[in-house]
Amino acid sequence: MTYEAVIGLEVHVQIKTRSKMFTRVPAGYGEPENTLTDPTVLALPGALPVMNRAAVDAIIKAGLMLGCEIAPVCKWDRKNYFYPDSPKNYQISQYDRPICVGGAVEIELPGPARNIMGEHKSIPLTRIHLEEDVGKLNHGAGGSLIDYNRAGTPLMEIVSEPAIHSAEEAYAYLTSVRNSMLYAGISDCDMEKGQMRCDANISIRPVGSTALGTKVELKNLNSISFVRDGIAHEVARQIAVVKAGGTIVQETRDYDGLTGTSQSLRSKEMAHDYRYFPDPDLMPVKVDAEWKARLAAELPERPFDKQRRFMAAAPEGYGLPYTLASVLIPDRALADWFETAVKAAGPALAQPVGNWIANDLLRELSASGTALADAKVTPAALAELVKLIDAGTLLQNAAKEVFADMFATGEAPAAIVARKGLAVAQTDTGELEQWCRDAIAANAKAAAEFKAGKESAINGLKGPVMKAAKGKVNPKLVDETLRRVLAAM
Amino acid sequence: MSATPLHHQTLAELSAALASGSLSSVALTEAVIARTRAVEDRVQAFNSYDAEDALAQARASDARRAAGQARGPLDGIPIGLKDVIAVKDQPLTASSKMLGNFVSPYDATVTTKLRDAGVVLWGRLNMDEFAMGSSTENSATKPTANPYDLSRIPGGSSGGSAAALAAGEAPATLGSDTGGSIRQPAALCGVVGLKPTYGLVSRYGLIAYASSLDQIGPFARTVEDAAILLQVIAGHDERDSTSFKAEIPDYRAALVAPRECPLRIGIPKEYFGEGLDPEVAAAVQAAVEFYKSKGAEVREVSLPHTQYALAAYYIIATAEASSNLARYDGVRYGHRSAEAENLLDLYFKSRAEGFGSEVKRRIILGTYVLSSGYYDAYYGRAQKVRTLIREDFIRAYGEVDVILTPTSPTPAWKRGEKTENPLSMYLADIYTIGVNLAGLPAISVPCGFTTGGLPIGLQLIGKPFAEAELLAAAHVYDSAHDWVKRTPVL
Repeated sequence: MTYEAVIGLEVHVQIKTRSKMFTRVPAGYGEPENTLTDPTVLALPGALPVMNRAAVDAIIKAGLMLGCEIAPVCKWDRKNYFYPDSPKNYQISQYDRPICVGGAVEIELPGPARNIMGEHKSIPLTRIHLEEDVGKLNHGAGGSLIDYNRAGTPLMEIVSEPAIHSAEEAYAYLTSVRNSMLYAGISDCDMEKGQMRCDANISIRPVGSTALGTKVELKNLNSISFVRDGIAHEVARQIAVVKAGGTIVQETRDYDGLTGTSQSLRSKEMAHDYRYFPDPDLMPVKVDAEWKARLAAELPERPFDKQRRFMAAAPEGYGLPYTLASVLIPDRALADWFETAVKAAGPALAQPVGNWIANDLLRELSASGTALADAKVTPAALAELVKLIDAGTLLQNAAKEVFADMFATGEAPAAIVARKGLAVAQTDTGELEQWCRDAIAANAKAAAEFKAGKESAINGLKGPVMKAAKGKVNPKLVDETLRRVLAAM
Repeated sequence: MSATPLHHQTLAELSAALASGSLSSVALTEAVIARTRAVEDRVQAFNSYDAEDALAQARASDARRAAGQARGPLDGIPIGLKDVIAVKDQPLTASSKMLGNFVSPYDATVTTKLRDAGVVLWGRLNMDEFAMGSSTENSATKPTANPYDLSRIPGGSSGGSAAALAAGEAPATLGSDTGGSIRQPAALCGVVGLKPTYGLVSRYGLIAYASSLDQIGPFARTVEDAAILLQVIAGHDERDSTSFKAEIPDYRAALVAPRECPLRIGIPKEYFGEGLDPEVAAAVQAAVEFYKSKGAEVREVSLPHTQYALAAYYIIATAEASSNLARYDGVRYGHRSAEAENLLDLYFKSRAEGFGSEVKRRIILGTYVLSSGYYDAYYGRAQKVRTLIREDFIRAYGEVDVILTPTSPTPAWKRGEKTENPLSMYLADIYTIGVNLAGLPAISVPCGFTTGGLPIGLQLIGKPFAEAELLAAAHVYDSAHDWVKRTPVL
């Protein structure tokens, strides 16, 4: 019998706000321990929570990005459990009335080859809700210490339907969620900093069955690769258990990405009873049409919509090949940079502009450790460079040298070309015709073949001419002159 | 000049004396300290007080006044706080071992408001542990005595606030009221106690017992004094999401021009049944006759869901408490068991050692009613009952302006009389609990004494945020009687 995996993902994403979810203390990462605290964060006697509207703005934006219904009224609930990283020993969350309902995440699966786009699918969402993050425990030899800096950071939980069927789909799902959050400026989604975390509910069933099997919750999937590897490992484990005649036990397992193994954390019997009830310290939140419309107006284009547009033929799009679009799309700033350059260069030059970004700009940025925002070269300057090449004023090899200077100094390409004397001749100054004759004389065979109708043979003549011209002549002019001389012979 | 000793004078009298220059804050504060030192060993109203700190505040007040910068009617007057309201750099214990020697690093909003009004913050007053109880016997510190009979309880949970005021250990105090914890001790100690509408006074810095029911309110000798103190503590606070954005009227001015009768007073028939002490019934009836003599229209009203109020209260309040008190775990502050071997041990032992039995009882009850599978049957139902109780009151207010009831079914009982039977203790709050469930303002006003010399209180219940009208109605009675002149013999 063959089995298929049924996977639902719970993705926690920290929202990038200035202050915490329920108090004015700044939210942040990497500060000295327990400095981002106040009576509310530390749950001192008498302290109360007050909702951060910016965090609610952010989750509404996330919901709109992912096509969720935004509930007209949502409320806050307490999730009660004891653990030292949770200062109140309850977490303020949303139980039965989350702010975002439904929606879907568009994913792209790997194609048959790197340059061929894979299948796109839509993974339906159950909900997205808002809650507060917990602190961090640091276990040491002398005992455990708690850092409450992270406690109270706005955190949203994106819950998918059990509609993911492979580790690859899960990987694609997380990548897509991450891109959407980055696009809307909701989170930096740095998994190393815990800004994005993932738990997976995994079960298997015989192919063709629609029933859901017993699920296992896999925790600690703290990189996108660990998500893929952990799920693959768990699916294989479950299939092996069932094939050996065993049954799957409902439990929570902890995945160790370094060793690629998992172990049971707790069984169903040990599951928490969270005793959810409405938080009496907070009022329900009403989201009216005006609030929603204001945020909708701030939304960016969705990443896959941008991909479709970049790949579409002119005039709607730029006709970019898949590989080039794939380089530009994940980074919204880079895609914007590209569009600004294309605007200056003209739509016909979209692909060379894209190539320069994908090859040269990214290489220089990476080699020099520069962020795009700090780059000295501007989109307008790159557009100018590409136009110089297109006009034949600058040869590709010389252009590489010019670009390196532009990147290093921010100087305009025309100025660099002039300073370095890299411009190529646009008219025959008298020597060109002679260089052509010399080349034909030295390569009689190629000349004869061309005259006999072998069009490509002319390329064998261009090289010696360019060499004689030391490269400083427009290749188009060489072509024209050669043809004229050959025709006259 | 009043013949009453300083420690028994009203806020209005003291305020006038301070304003005229015939009295200094230091002299007043010294008198209060002296009185406290004289009677506190018998009354035991305070968990702690800091005489030096109070005198320093008094000197600052006198300096302000000398510079012509007095901050209002309460500048320089000592006011005691129930030990559940945070005062920066002062102990905050909720009369629990669980908080140990915790010192608050911040001020509650009401504390800030009192400071801004120039008040001399005076002492931390005893209470039932975490405000759970009706006699102050649940204090882990000590039992507070009723100043009118030291063998009796002062009521609770704000027993220290009521007893200190009655004994002359403070000219006014603040308490908190979740099911009657201001009004019942006020009645039993012969002082005025006001529970404001839920949301009128900020809860920021008030140790939470049941968040949807808790309100801070004043204890004072007269209705006028309660109005003066309410003026200072009322108002919206952006640090409390449940605080209401209401215009705060001039409460004292509302008394000067009372709503002349015809006042329409409702008498809920459900509040005068079995269990009501005949002497209490008679005193309240006399008050009703007084209002009639002043031209008030008195009619019977019905609050049919009253019989379910106690049950609904003990579900909602304990559910919230079970969650609110989860933060006392021995991890960050407060009592931590010295015996703990591991994390679970730390929780179990710290909480087992730190909490008293009534607190444990309510945490267990609240945990149970929120448990998976029981939520709808208990918490969900109790919330529906709560809505019905509120609707009862709103319906009654279609025909009357205020509702008049006894505050407590009995006068103060003997210490130890009800400690073995928690249910009998719970029944002491039968007339006050519905008001909290409905979120309404209510005031207890002294209306006489038993033949044994124990104070009796009547309760007036007002419409939401109609404190001005409620105080005016209470003032009609209070200003025409001088129960306040009868002070305990200590």
